[in-house]
Amino acid sequence: MYRKSYNIIEHNYDVVVVGAGGAGLRATLGLVENDLSVACLTKVYPTRSHTVAAQGGISAALGNMSEDSWKWHMYDTVKGSDWLGDQDAIEYMCREAIPAVVELEHYGVPFSRTTEGKIYQRPFGGMTTEFGDGPPANRTCSAADRTGHAILHTLYQQSLKNKAEFFIEYFALDLIMDEKDGCQGVVAWSLEDGNLHKFNAKKVILATGGYGRVYFSATSAHTCTGDGNAMALRAGVPLQDMEFVQFHPTGIYGAGCLITEGTRGEGGYLTNSEGERFMERYAPNAKDLASRDVVARSMTVEINDGRGVGKERDHIFLHLNHLDPNVISKRLPGIAETAKIFAGVDVNKEPIPVIPTCHYNMGGIPAKFTGEVVTNTDGINDTVVPNLYAIGEAACVSVHGANRLGSNSLLDLVVFGRSVAHHIGKEMKKSGKSILSKKGSEEKALDRFDSLRYSKGDVMPAKLRLDMQKTMQNHCAVFRTGEGLEKGSKKMDEIYENFSNVKITDKSLIWNTDLLETMELENLIQQAVVTVKSAENRKESRGAHARDDFRDRNDEDWLFHTLAWLKNKNIKLGARPVTLRAMSNEVQSFPPKARVY
Amino acid sequence: MVELLLPKNSKVKNGKNFKSKGNNKNRKKFLIYRYDPDSNDNPRVDNYDLDISNSGPMVLDALISIKNKLDPTLTFRRSCREGVCGSCAMNIDGTNTLACTKYISDVKGPIKVYPLPHMPVIKDLVPDLKGIYKQYNSIEPWLKTKTANNEDRERIQSPKDREDLDGLYECIMCFCCSTSCPSYWWNGDKYLGPAVLLQAWRWIADSRDEASEERLEKLQDSFKLYRCHTIMNCTKTCPKGLNPAKAISNIKKKILARN
Repeated sequence: MYRKSYNIIEHNYDVVVVGAGGAGLRATLGLVENDLSVACLTKVYPTRSHTVAAQGGISAALGNMSEDSWKWHMYDTVKGSDWLGDQDAIEYMCREAIPAVVELEHYGVPFSRTTEGKIYQRPFGGMTTEFGDGPPANRTCSAADRTGHAILHTLYQQSLKNKAEFFIEYFALDLIMDEKDGCQGVVAWSLEDGNLHKFNAKKVILATGGYGRVYFSATSAHTCTGDGNAMALRAGVPLQDMEFVQFHPTGIYGAGCLITEGTRGEGGYLTNSEGERFMERYAPNAKDLASRDVVARSMTVEINDGRGVGKERDHIFLHLNHLDPNVISKRLPGIAETAKIFAGVDVNKEPIPVIPTCHYNMGGIPAKFTGEVVTNTDGINDTVVPNLYAIGEAACVSVHGANRLGSNSLLDLVVFGRSVAHHIGKEMKKSGKSILSKKGSEEKALDRFDSLRYSKGDVMPAKLRLDMQKTMQNHCAVFRTGEGLEKGSKKMDEIYENFSNVKITDKSLIWNTDLLETMELENLIQQAVVTVKSAENRKESRGAHARDDFRDRNDEDWLFHTLAWLKNKNIKLGARPVTLRAMSNEVQSFPPKARVY
Repeated sequence: MVELLLPKNSKVKNGKNFKSKGNNKNRKKFLIYRYDPDSNDNPRVDNYDLDISNSGPMVLDALISIKNKLDPTLTFRRSCREGVCGSCAMNIDGTNTLACTKYISDVKGPIKVYPLPHMPVIKDLVPDLKGIYKQYNSIEPWLKTKTANNEDRERIQSPKDREDLDGLYECIMCFCCSTSCPSYWWNGDKYLGPAVLLQAWRWIADSRDEASEERLEKLQDSFKLYRCHTIMNCTKTCPKGLNPAKAISNIKKKILARN
């Protein structure tokens, strides 16, 4: 095939981090502190990463407002995960939450404060005390309702302080893989000048976030296209537990913008068309503060049973109008603004129209708590993919299992960003490994780039994207059925096939967002296919994966992680055991039991 | 003789016309600044006649509709679409704002869309922000402390001291303010501008920060700070409702009290 020749700019670094959200920045910062040469590649300026949109807070059992223990936090997280989470990693996260959050404060995060001047902590869904038997925990540390913004900006500021090197508005195309030595670097495209770059590295960390944009209605930014997940797939690495997609109960009806769970933590509640606080029926104890999957399902049942609100009876009301206006202006100013702009609602007077909206991907690149990427071909033993790491929403450690608890996501970013930096720091001191750069190892990535750039098809990428989003929304959302998934799976196959007929109008190299969005679309489609096939395969209901035809959790047959490989447009599925043992002897393990809120 | 005309290549020409199919009456005209770095052509203004019946209510929704349906080459930054990431800052109907929170229905007649004013343009609506980012780095925007941290606990900050950061830490660095400031247009290489000065004040105002003196010393400069002539465009245009002009005046007052 004829291909344009490209001038490649080469770089050598100890570590390349792809992504500059909370996880990528925390890792970059930690690596620079370890005196390693680090390049952080990001397709948007760091403070524009989607971590900026996290609202409610970051969980850590600091006990600033009432008694708390990281062990209770661990229990809640295991229960929240519907026992699909790996308990060793969950123990690590909940234990490390405390020093990680204290460290954030020392870095300068402008947390809200208690009257004593400590970090303010609010209740959040699924966060309890006494191993689920006590009252709700005050565990979620917040900076009003702009916690993600506050953390992201602070981490970037600390990276500037430590003189970290950023490559901003660089889009990573593909990993450079070697059969024996694993990951050797990344090929990336600089939007500003249109040049292609080859980053040779001893270690590569993927911190590329989730892929919420496979759905029609998502709280995720336009840029949440899971580029790292797709790069891993193309590099022969499987993705894990991709059927588990979190629908946030309170996205604004129509616009999809997030309204934090912190609204319910501060006393807000949901009602149906009869004005009933229906969550009392579904979760008698936790009520509006049950886990997100539980609340999202309850809302959907209410709507399906004809008790939705609005002209079409297709959404639910979230009430804050009974709250003290001071609570809103001090603790929830951001969502008051968002509700005003996107729903035309004054939250002090009227309820906000909300609907479950795609929000978070529990699945991702299988990784250990050290960030090391693993694969598993026999269903029993893990093998490490050399020199490749994954953290944050892109990774599946798995601390969230089948359903993530609110405020455990910001925590995941920071804890594992920190741990991957510690781990690599230690590793690199041991080995004096030099950077390998094989000539021509970038060719595969360039072929893909070039053939897409000059593709001669007739399908508009925007049309294909819409088809994918509608397909996933209709067949693979809050409730799933065998029949629906089969249809969805077939449609996704067709869409994937049709991608080879895609049409690129803009042939330039500088800031060619037509090509960029189409490359993101390919990434999305590959993940959508994996998601729907993984969902079709899992014949039980667990956490966020709720099937009408298999309504119960089935630990006997399905207590394992799904792995999915992409091979020549086909998906191969496998399995990986769930770790039910804690990491240390300081805490008991929590064997599976019924999950009631 | 001083040349008072703009250089030839900066003259904006009339561009192409695009029109959505059909005769739906729910239409809106968009006049959008285009610049193609790969050609030697002057910038132009393209005219898009868009059927907005299936588009969302915001200008960003319309831009995305145009890109999806009429002209995939139209180039702009966007990400969160909810006013928190600061990517889609541009000049709409003569005012700097975020395309994602600006209602189409707020503008009567055709909507003119230009990049943020007085910044170098990379392509279409994408300005080069490297200079302003460098200025941001120059104020050393991170917490500086002298007293040691207690490893196990957070620093204590009273709710009242924390309140001093409200209206400052929320800045999304969209730079609508700086690029609306005539003083910044004129001296953008030396004057730090409202966005960066608001950030500077954010650290001076933080009760945990112990480098106020050093920060004020650095800011006491006829260009960096004192090119602010209280024109107030910054505060007027801020899409987040912040008040950079007040932050600047706070810095000036603090310096005055110090001298």
